[in-house]
Amino acid sequence: MKVLIIEDEEEMLQNMKQTLEKECYLVETATDYDSAFLKIGVYEYDCILLDISLPGQNGLEILKELKKRGISDGVIIVSAKNSLDDKLEGLHLGADDYLPKPFHMAELNARIKAIFRRRNLKGNTFIQIENLKIDIENRIAFIEGEELLLNRKEFDILFYLTSNRNRLVNKTALAEHVWGDHIDQTDSFDFIYSQIKNLRKKLKDHQAQVEVKAIYGIGYKLVSL
Amino acid sequence: MKLLNYTTKYFAAILLFALLIFTVIFYFQMLDEIYDSLDDGLENQKILVINKAKKDPSILHKTSFEDGYYTIHPTSYSQIKEVKDSYRDTLMYMLNEKDYEPVRLLETAFRQDGKYYKLKVITSMVEEDDLIEDLFYSILWLYIGLVVGILLLNNWVLRRLWQPFYSVLTKLKNFNIEKEQGIDFENTNIEEFQLLNHQIKKLLQKSIDSYKAQKQFIENASHELQTPLAISLNKLELLAEKEELSPKNIELLASVLENLERMTRLNQALLLLSKIDNKQFVEEENLNITETIHQIVNDFLDFAKHRNIEISIVGKNLIQKHINKDLAIILFTNLIKNAIVHATLNSIVKISIEGEKINIENIAETGKLDEQQLFSRFYKVNTRKNSTGLGLAIAKAIAEKYDLKLTYAYQNKHIFTVSF
Repeated sequence: MKVLIIEDEEEMLQNMKQTLEKECYLVETATDYDSAFLKIGVYEYDCILLDISLPGQNGLEILKELKKRGISDGVIIVSAKNSLDDKLEGLHLGADDYLPKPFHMAELNARIKAIFRRRNLKGNTFIQIENLKIDIENRIAFIEGEELLLNRKEFDILFYLTSNRNRLVNKTALAEHVWGDHIDQTDSFDFIYSQIKNLRKKLKDHQAQVEVKAIYGIGYKLVSL
Repeated sequence: MKLLNYTTKYFAAILLFALLIFTVIFYFQMLDEIYDSLDDGLENQKILVINKAKKDPSILHKTSFEDGYYTIHPTSYSQIKEVKDSYRDTLMYMLNEKDYEPVRLLETAFRQDGKYYKLKVITSMVEEDDLIEDLFYSILWLYIGLVVGILLLNNWVLRRLWQPFYSVLTKLKNFNIEKEQGIDFENTNIEEFQLLNHQIKKLLQKSIDSYKAQKQFIENASHELQTPLAISLNKLELLAEKEELSPKNIELLASVLENLERMTRLNQALLLLSKIDNKQFVEEENLNITETIHQIVNDFLDFAKHRNIEISIVGKNLIQKHINKDLAIILFTNLIKNAIVHATLNSIVKISIEGEKINIENIAETGKLDEQQLFSRFYKVNTRKNSTGLGLAIAKAIAEKYDLKLTYAYQNKHIFTVSF
């Protein structure tokens, strides 16, 4: 999988690059639109992360250019502006997703995976980890072919954790992803714990070869046993 | 008291005082003049009587007034040598009035043919009580007339004169710095008002400028903070994934992450506030508020359950409003979340939808909250670790943007009401 990151903030660029390289993607970078255009012209990418607020330039122009050239790379707009207008226009111009800064690495990861899945929809809509199999389209999880009965939240948690397999998922990222952005100011995320507990129990009861590991104070991680 | 009535009040008091003094002086001067002319008349009559007596000595024995205006009594020299012309007031029975009325009397003496006579001449006189009464009534009417006149004059002339002042006053009263509209001043020829308008204009412009600058600053600062915050958060997340970290270090990292996230939330809340202030939420749709509330409550069910709090929604009244959807969600999310967060454990958060009103009630240990402070930025009842202190300020800003009324009341429980 090839990913291009267009971002002028060097440190931000490195963070994203490191994260994505952990997922074994081939990552290319560009810090301005000219070099980005050069790269887009030469290679085909599965996903482009585009910061639309580079100084002095309008990132939406790149989207228009891509559309004009008939390139259908999956584009995720990354912006510190979190402006609804940009979001709507970006999506209108053919971007696949809009991710406001600051974001959690787990969220970035999940969004990129979603783009990959959408682009390769013909084949694989299943995720298999050890003996756990997830049917993404029908939102069903199986263990050894036997259905795991999960409620909506439990499924969302499991799916999010599998998207970030072997990676530490911040509990804030998890809460925002599963319960929505507006949950973020609640006093604590302890309430996530009861859902995790149920999920763990179900996984264990079905002798899954994966488990949800808690990393004290930070979050959770899906690991193979 | 209004400026106009104030001047009238002073005028009335001063007039009353001035008129009183005037009346007293006027009364005595008039009386003095009347006596003077009466006495002149009496003296003239005295001379006439004496001259008549010389021609017609028969009148020398007219000892009672009867139909005349004088009496003459023969007397001896010893009795009159001390007598000079003396004027005095006395009473006399008047047939027409059937009462004793005051008369002016001149007593004098004269000599004719070696004999001495005492002469009394009278003339009818002003009735003082009548005079005072008449004077009192005319002065009273004058006073009333003047006061009414002043009132009318004040109301008409002064009002016209002060019109530019009142116009500025009304405009200042309606001025709202958040609406970013300046004030158009009326042209006036009065120098003082020109100066006043000019100075107010200058002050207002200064306030508006600094308000704008402050708003701009908050927005820029929050905006600029986003990137370093994002970088730091992501770096820490990457660090946390490293296997070699000891549990102790992970704990440290967790705390740093938590605080950075708190800062991010604070920053985002500020950014949101300045966006609302700057009217950056343009999109509006006809939103079903009732349904939105049900959805929000649904999102918070897990959280409420964790605190063992029941959320009950009463009333199915359909409320629709033309509003930005995101802001509507933020408004009710903040209120409902607040209610859940601050509710006592194992209690009920009640949301009632009645008519055009939505009440959100929760029971809490804290007593009545300070209504003045409640909706201001960074107001915190207790130093909750994760509270930004901006939730209610944001809710208020949204409510104001859409002319909704967001109010707080305390009846052994906290009640927040949004009226459409």
